[in-house]
Amino acid sequence: MAEQILTQEGVTREQPYSLRYQIRKSVILALDYAILILLSFFFLFPVIFMLVTAFKTNEDQILRDVAGLRAFVPYGPLGLQNFFDVFNRMEFGRFMWNSVFVVGVTVILGLVVNSMAAYALARLRWGGRKIVLAVIIALIIIPFEAVAVPLLLLVNNLPWINGTVGWLDTYHVQIIPFIADAFSIFLFYQFFIGLPKDLEEAALVDGASRFRIYWNIIVPLSRPVFATVAILKFLYYWGSYLWPLMVTRRPEVRPLTVGMQQFFGQYPRLWGDIMAFASMITIPVLIIFLLFQKWFVQSVASSGVKG
Amino acid sequence: MSVTQNTAVSAVPAKGALKRRNEAVTAWLFMVPAALGLIIFLIIPFLMAFYLSLTNTRLISPEPADFVGLRNYATLFNVALIKVEPVIDEQTGAVMRDENGNIEYPRARTILHGDAKYEGLQEAAQFNLFGNHYLFAAGDPTFLRGLKNNFYFVLVVVPLQTALALLLALLINQKIKGSNLFRTIYFSPVVTTMVVVAVVWTFLYNPGEGTINAFIKTATFGLVGPQDWLSNPKLAFPSIMLLSIWQGVGFQMVIFLAGLQEISEEVYEAAAIDGCNMIQEFFFVTLPQLRNTTIFVVIATTILAFQLFVQVDVMTQGGPSDATMTTILHVVNEGFRQQRIGYASAVTVAFFLIVLFISIIQRMVVPEERAVD
Repeated sequence: MAEQILTQEGVTREQPYSLRYQIRKSVILALDYAILILLSFFFLFPVIFMLVTAFKTNEDQILRDVAGLRAFVPYGPLGLQNFFDVFNRMEFGRFMWNSVFVVGVTVILGLVVNSMAAYALARLRWGGRKIVLAVIIALIIIPFEAVAVPLLLLVNNLPWINGTVGWLDTYHVQIIPFIADAFSIFLFYQFFIGLPKDLEEAALVDGASRFRIYWNIIVPLSRPVFATVAILKFLYYWGSYLWPLMVTRRPEVRPLTVGMQQFFGQYPRLWGDIMAFASMITIPVLIIFLLFQKWFVQSVASSGVKG
Repeated sequence: MSVTQNTAVSAVPAKGALKRRNEAVTAWLFMVPAALGLIIFLIIPFLMAFYLSLTNTRLISPEPADFVGLRNYATLFNVALIKVEPVIDEQTGAVMRDENGNIEYPRARTILHGDAKYEGLQEAAQFNLFGNHYLFAAGDPTFLRGLKNNFYFVLVVVPLQTALALLLALLINQKIKGSNLFRTIYFSPVVTTMVVVAVVWTFLYNPGEGTINAFIKTATFGLVGPQDWLSNPKLAFPSIMLLSIWQGVGFQMVIFLAGLQEISEEVYEAAAIDGCNMIQEFFFVTLPQLRNTTIFVVIATTILAFQLFVQVDVMTQGGPSDATMTTILHVVNEGFRQQRIGYASAVTVAFFLIVLFISIIQRMVVPEERAVD
């Protein structure tokens, strides 16, 4: 049986249906899966470790287990005691609410403000449009870290509507500076210029206002880009640490990340409690991710392809 | 604000010009909230950084700040390489040696305080080169250490993470069952908050009885004993690199995946007809087609490496002995913890110039594909 044929260029290729080809294919597939599964362990083990440890109620057992595979096995006394301890030792609920509130308001206001700006840039004719667009694209490269320190000085001297001066230790200091975002505007802009114009033109002829066009035509057509911006901003602000560390001192306004760091810094370290705290930050996001994972992956993909 | 209402307000005869003016007014109204936000909270602080870096401003101070010119920058970049002569025994004229037979040198403090031209310098390193002993001194050794660590991080993490991300993307992109599940698994660290990642890995790196130690012991058949990962100056930073790759690689994987899916099937078919094997296909088809994606990933990872902060702040606070110090940690320590806004602004400006430089390189090597209009 001729197992190999010669192609035009003289390169030997295997016949697709020969036994040797089939065996080779199976071996490669098995190797493939072995690598994929091994890598899965690498990416899963810290999370499994965290969740399993959070449910182990005996701190001595946790310290013994960490030195081996038993760290990943839920056994021995298990329960929710560590989670109760977190609530008793710290105002966890308060931190959670602070994070949800700050991130939620920042993301929602950001969607409105940035998409409106992008609409003006993509669809309206006005002098200075090109310059403004160029400035916004240039602003994308300024990382937040490059303005954090002067911004701290600035917000410390800004007045607020109730007559006080200085924004430190409030919700709005964590929200207002982050609503307008150059990269979000850019993502919206890129999507809007790709939308067909005929619906809008028809609406204009019918005498619809620009705001109605934006709200009733553009927004419903642009759900993918709204989801993208919402997810990217949510992930970024949920993990935000540098800024809240600098501007919040009271637990009443601190988010989960800084609460976690504070909790982690309390000695003696009770790892069961720490892992319960860590799990409670992670689980809600993991659930949201699993439910909308396709959207998450698409959002991240579109953040990279700036074509 | 509606177009028709505006028409009624003013009474200009030319209808087209009027429409256009109204459109401009509407556009500015749409732009105002975002423009104000960007001006107040991005452009102004950005410009403030340059001005503040020329002053000695403090966050809270009873005295007004002074303009100090380039003094902050002078401190940042003030370096000196001093050749150190061995200590000579005054009686015998021979070179002094300690109990181990090593040549004795005067203490760095003695040298730096002994000469007015070394004022403001602190010891950064000592080393032997071509038979001579040198003292490297700097105005701010911590800043240089942070900068050096950032470059070290870039040199190790960027190639490793990019290569791993590409490998993961290639594995996922195969048409085999379950690839979506694996994609979800590999991506899941990305949605895990960095503070949590840092805390969990700190426990995994537990000195003595720890999971990583147990793993290393098994993998090397007991040859490598337990390490004190985060307290050992040589191991602390590589330990942080590992978890940074673990957390970040899924993001880059997805970007590569998007790039891979852009490559048309026809290119591969053509390669197959030409008799390309798998390896040739990768190097002559896949990799060139991923050129722009790869450049984007490398640049983005490099910039992220210079922003390195959360992990080191939570896990080591820059220690042991500045082994995990980074530029941004230095900015936060100086500007926030020490409240030296002026000095921290100078470090910030240096940081920004590095990021700008990297971004300019990106824009030079990647053709501008952004659709403007």
